[in-house]
Amino acid sequence: MNEMETIPLWAAALLVSLLILGGSIILIGALGLMRLPDFYQRIHGPAITVTLGAGCVLIASMLYFTVLQSRLVLHELLITVFVLMTAPIVSMLIIRAAVYRDLRARKRDSGVESGGIYRFPEQE
Amino acid sequence: MKRWLPSSLLSGMLFVLWLLLNQSLDPAHLLLGTVLAVVAPLLARTLMQPIGYPRLAKPIILIRLLGMALVEIVHSAITVSRLILFPKPDGMNSQFIKIPLDLRNPYGLALLSCLINSTPGTVWVEILPNRHELVLHVFDLHSEQWWVDTIKTRYEKPIIDIFHEEVHKENPP
Repeated sequence: MNEMETIPLWAAALLVSLLILGGSIILIGALGLMRLPDFYQRIHGPAITVTLGAGCVLIASMLYFTVLQSRLVLHELLITVFVLMTAPIVSMLIIRAAVYRDLRARKRDSGVESGGIYRFPEQE
Repeated sequence: MKRWLPSSLLSGMLFVLWLLLNQSLDPAHLLLGTVLAVVAPLLARTLMQPIGYPRLAKPIILIRLLGMALVEIVHSAITVSRLILFPKPDGMNSQFIKIPLDLRNPYGLALLSCLINSTPGTVWVEILPNRHELVLHVFDLHSEQWWVDTIKTRYEKPIIDIFHEEVHKENPP
C-alpha cells in the first residue's frame, strides 16, 4: 500500500470512480447473463462487460501506472484493440452455432423464430 | 517501394505494436520493429493473395466513423444495462431482423461486423448467402425500419466510402 500514498488526490479520485463504474458494469453484465430468459437475449449481457466494463478498467490501469511511474504507459491500448477485434468474432460464432442447433433440434421455445427469418425445416 | 513494402498501413501498425509491447524507444527496439514491419507483410502476402491488402481511400472518414461508433457503444451500453437492471414488465422485444447490404468489400464487411458486434444490443448473425442480406439479432427492437436506416446511412455508407478506391480497382467495370 506504500506506493498508493504517492498518488495525488485527483488521480486517486478519478481511478476509484473509473474502477467502481467498470466493476458495476461488469456486475450488470453478469446479472444479465443470469437473469435474462432466453439464450438470444443472454448473449447481449457480456457485450457491455467487454466494451464499457473492460474499457473503464483499462483506462484506470493506464492512468494508475502513468501517474505512478511518471511516464506515459500506453500498452493497455493493445489489450483494447485485441479485445475489440476478437470479442465480436466469438459472439458471432456462438450465436450462429445456437441458431443452427436450435433449428435442427426444433426447439420452439428458444426464440429462434422471432422475426420470422429462421423457420424450422418441416414448416417449409 | 510497392514491392518491398506492400502495405504501409500494416507495416506502421506492426511497428507501433512492437514499440508498445516493449514500452521503449531504444534504437535496438526501433530496429527490431522495423525488421518486423518489413518482413511480416512480405511473408503474409501470399495469404492475402485473392483480395490483396486493404487500401484506405479516406482515413479521415474512418476516424470519424470510429468516434461515432465509440459514442454509440457507450450509449447502447447504458441502454442495455438499464434494461437488465429494470426489465420491462411485458418483456423485451428481441428479434432477428434482415438488412439488405450493398457493401461487398471483405475488409469493409469485417469492419462493419466488428463495429456492430462491439455495440451492445446488436449481434451480427450471418449474411444470407444468395441474397446478400445481413441478419442481425436486436436486444430490444422498437422499429425495424429505424435499424435498417441507421445501419445503412451511419455505418454502411461511410465504410463504402472508406474502401471505395479498392473496390473500384478490384472490380473494373
